[in-house]
Amino acid sequence: MSERQPIYLDYSATTPVDPRVAEKMIPFITEHFGNPASRSHPFGWTAEKAVEIAREEVAKLVGADPREIVWTSGATESNNLAIKGAANFYAATKGKHILTIATEHKAVIDTVRELERVGFTATYLQPEPNGLVDLAKFKAAIQPDTVLASVMLVNNEIGVIQDIEALGNICRENNVVFHVDAAQATGKVAINLEKLPVDLMSFSAHKTYGPKGVGALYVRRKPRIRIEAQMHGGGHERGMRSGTLATHQIVGMGEAFRIAREEMEFENARIRKLRDKLLHGLQTIEETYVNGDLEHRIPHNLNISFNYVEGESLIMAVKDIAVSSGSACTSASLEPSYVLRALGRNDELAHSSIRFSIGRFTTEADVDYTIELMKSKIGKLRELSPLWEMFKDGIDLSKVQWAAH
Amino acid sequence: MAYSDKVLDHYENPRNVGSLDKNDPNVGTGMVGAPACGDVMKLMIKVNDSGIIEDAKFKTYGCGSAIASSSLVTEWLKGKTIDEAYAIKNSAIAEELALPPVKIHCSVLAEDAIKAAVADIKAKQLAKETA
Amino acid sequence: MAHIFFDHNSTTALKPEVLESMLPFLVEQHGNATSRHAYGRTARAAIEHAREQVADAVNAHPSQVIFTASGTEANNFAVHGITSNLCHGQILTSAVEHPCVSRPALAMQSRGWRAIDIAVNIDCKLDMHHLHNLLLTPTNLVSVMLANNETGVIQDLAAVADLAIQHKAFVHTDAVQGLGKIPVDFAGLNVHAMTVSSHKIGGPLGAGALILDKRLDIQPLLYGGGQERGLRSGTENLAAIVGFGVACELAIKNLNAFAAHTQSLRDFCEAGLLKLGAHLFANHANRIPNTSFFAFPNIDGETLVMALDRKGFAVASGSACSSDTKEPSHVLLAMGIDADLARGAVRVSFGLSNTMEQIQQFLAALGNELARLRNLTAMSA
Repeated sequence: MSERQPIYLDYSATTPVDPRVAEKMIPFITEHFGNPASRSHPFGWTAEKAVEIAREEVAKLVGADPREIVWTSGATESNNLAIKGAANFYAATKGKHILTIATEHKAVIDTVRELERVGFTATYLQPEPNGLVDLAKFKAAIQPDTVLASVMLVNNEIGVIQDIEALGNICRENNVVFHVDAAQATGKVAINLEKLPVDLMSFSAHKTYGPKGVGALYVRRKPRIRIEAQMHGGGHERGMRSGTLATHQIVGMGEAFRIAREEMEFENARIRKLRDKLLHGLQTIEETYVNGDLEHRIPHNLNISFNYVEGESLIMAVKDIAVSSGSACTSASLEPSYVLRALGRNDELAHSSIRFSIGRFTTEADVDYTIELMKSKIGKLRELSPLWEMFKDGIDLSKVQWAAH
Repeated sequence: MAYSDKVLDHYENPRNVGSLDKNDPNVGTGMVGAPACGDVMKLMIKVNDSGIIEDAKFKTYGCGSAIASSSLVTEWLKGKTIDEAYAIKNSAIAEELALPPVKIHCSVLAEDAIKAAVADIKAKQLAKETA
Repeated sequence: MAHIFFDHNSTTALKPEVLESMLPFLVEQHGNATSRHAYGRTARAAIEHAREQVADAVNAHPSQVIFTASGTEANNFAVHGITSNLCHGQILTSAVEHPCVSRPALAMQSRGWRAIDIAVNIDCKLDMHHLHNLLLTPTNLVSVMLANNETGVIQDLAAVADLAIQHKAFVHTDAVQGLGKIPVDFAGLNVHAMTVSSHKIGGPLGAGALILDKRLDIQPLLYGGGQERGLRSGTENLAAIVGFGVACELAIKNLNAFAAHTQSLRDFCEAGLLKLGAHLFANHANRIPNTSFFAFPNIDGETLVMALDRKGFAVASGSACSSDTKEPSHVLLAMGIDADLARGAVRVSFGLSNTMEQIQQFLAALGNELARLRNLTAMSA
C-alpha cells in the first residue's frame, strides 16, 4: 500500500476482523465450500451445520432463540426488511403511520421515506439536545394508526443509548410493532431480548469485529411477529429472506458475536478508560463541545466539536488519525451532520465535529498521540481562522453582518 | 476528496498568514463569506503611494481549497497595482490549484475577497482626497 | 472418503488466486469505502478496480456495474426496481427462470402488475411466437435467463431483446450460469439489465452485480447510506467484491480452456449415460458446455443422488434452492416432460478441476447403483 496507515479511531464506521474470526472463516472459504441449501451432499451439510452454530452464537449474545435469527447481507438490509416487511404486513390491520427518530441511521430514515412515497405517513421525532428521546414526547407521537416504531439502541454518530425498554413498553401498550436498529450496540451494550419488549432487531457483523456483507434480523416468535419478505427466490430463511448464504461470512459473524459475549465486560472497562483519557485531554483545548449525553453513552464513542475551525480543513489536518466527521455514510457529501443538527447544534459546530471511536485494538499510546495531535492542529487552524481572531477580540459573531456568497 | 499537490502545499505551508493594521490608511481589508456557509476569508492589502500592493496577509476559516486559494492570491497580489489585482479572475486561481468542480466556489470567494479589499482601499483613498 | 464434485452450477470452489486477493481485505485493509481517510480510500480504490474487472468480463462500462450481495438480490432488484417505476403492465418471465426471478415477479402481482410465463419447447428453448403474442399487451419487463441452471440451454437473448424493444418493453437477463462458461456481452445482447454472480465462477459467496443501462430509471431495493450511486445502500462487502473482480478476470482468461475441457468431459459422460439407459434432457439444444441433465425411467432422482453421494459423488437433483422440495423440476415440467420421468432428474455440472478418470469412476459407480436400485424395485414389485 502506498499510503502509511494512520491510527485507526473509526471503529463505528467499521471494525477490523478479529484475527480469531478470520481464522474460523478461512476454512469455510477454501475447504468446506458448498451451498448450504444443497441438501444432497456433504459439502452442503458441513456448511449448514456451521451456519446453525453461528446462528446459536448470535442468538446467545442477545438472549434470543436461534429460530428468531434471520441472516441478511447486513444491517442496511435488516433495517429495510424489518421496516418495509412489518409495515406492509400489518398496514391493513394496524394502520399506515410510522414513528421514528430524526437521528436514526439513513438505512432507517430513507426506508421510512420510501414508505411515505407509497402511501404511509411518518413522524420523525426530534430528540432532546443530549440526543436522548423524551418518553412523554414519544408516547404523544403515537397515533391510533401507528403500525411501527423504529428507534436505534446506540446512535452511530454520538453513541448515546436510548431507553429501549421504556420505549418498547410504550409500544406494547399501544399495540405498535417495535423495531430496534442495534448495529452499533452489539458487544458494547448488554442486550437481553428475553426481557426487552422488542419485536424486531437489526444486527451487523462488521461493526463487531466480524466480516462485511453479513448481518441478521431478530424476528420475535412469542408473541409472533410477521414480516413480508423483500427478497424472493429459493425460500431460504423460512421464506423471510431468499438468497444463497455466504457460509464463511456467517461463520465469521457467529465467532465475532461469541467473542463479544465473552469479552465484552472486560473490553468495555478498558475502552472506557481510554475514552475518558481522550475526553480529558481534548477538553484542555478551549471552546470544545461534546455532542450527546455523556452518561447514557457507550464507552467507545467521543463526538466533539471544535469551535472556530472548519470541518473539512480539520479532517485534512488530522490525516494521521482515521476518524469521521459525521456518519461514514454521509461523509462524501458536504452537508453538515443531520444528527448534530437535530440536537440543535448550529452548522458551524456540526461542521467542526469529529467522531473518535475507540475499539479492541486501540492503545493508550494511540490516545496520547491523538491528544497531542489535536492540540497542535487545532492551534494551527485557529491561528489561520479570522473567526477565532474575532472571538479573541471579544466580537460577538452572531451579531456580525456576513456577506454571504 | 483528492487534493492537488499545490492545494496541499498551500494548506501545509500557508504563505502570508496574519493581519495588517486595519486602521492604517494604506491598508484595505476584504472579508467575505459566512460561517454558516463554511468559509470566511479575510484578506488585507497594503498599498504604497504609487498604487502598488507591497504586502498582503490573509486568514481563512474554510476547507483546504479555501485556505489554498487565499494563500495563493496573497502571493500573486504582491507587486501588482490595485487595478491589476482587481482583474484577477477566479478561473486563474482554480486552474493554478487544479480545483475540482465542487471546490470552484473557493476560488470565487478568493476573487471576491480581492475585490472587497480593493474596494476598501479605494474608499479610504477617496476619503483621504475629500478630507 | 474424498468427494468428487460434479455440482459446479450450484457453487464453485474458490480459486486460490481469488483467496489470495481477498485475504488482505479481510484483516489489514479493513476500511469502510465511504470513509474519507486512508483506510476508506484504499477500500474505495479496491472496489473500483473490481468494478472494472467485472465490467471487462461482460463488455460493459464500469459505471454500469452495481454491486449486490448475491445474484438473487440482483434479480430481485431488477424485477422489482425496473417495474415499480412504470405504469402497471405485464412482467414476462420465461417458464424456466430461477425462482429469484419468477417469485419477485409474482410478488409484484399484489401491487397491480401481471406476471406471465413465456413458454419453452421440449428443448428448453424460448417459444418466440408465444413471446410475440404476449408482447401485444403492454409489457414493462421481459426477463429471460441467458443459460438455464438445470438443462444448461442457452437462449437467443439478442433476438428476445430485439423483439421486446420493438414492443417498448425493458429486457433483463439472468446471466449467472452463462458467465465463465460462454462469452457474455452486455452491450452486444442489447439488454437493459443483466445479473451476474461471484460464487458460480470461482469467486466467493457474498457478491453479485446488476449490470445496468444507466438510462434506466430503477428503484432501489435497499435504502440507506446511498452507496452504489444510491441504487444499493449498505456497506460494501469489500473482500467479496475484490474476490469477485479477480474471479471475473480469471473466468475470462480460462473461458476457452473451460469450454473445451468440460465439453469433452460431458460428451464422454453423456455417451456413457446413454449406454446405461439414460434419457438426456435438451441435449440437442445449444447448451453451456459443462452441464448434463438426465433421468433414468423408474428411478427416483433424489434416491439416486443420495446413493451417489454415499459413493462419493456430489451431484444435484435439480437446482440447489429447490432441493428441499419434493416437486419435480419446474423446468422439466415447463418443457413438457412427463412428471414421472422428471422425478428421476439428476444434474451433473463439471468444472476445470474435474478429470476424465473421475467420469469413468462415476459411470462405473452409477452402473452399480442402477443395478442395485432396479433390483430393489423389482423385488418390491
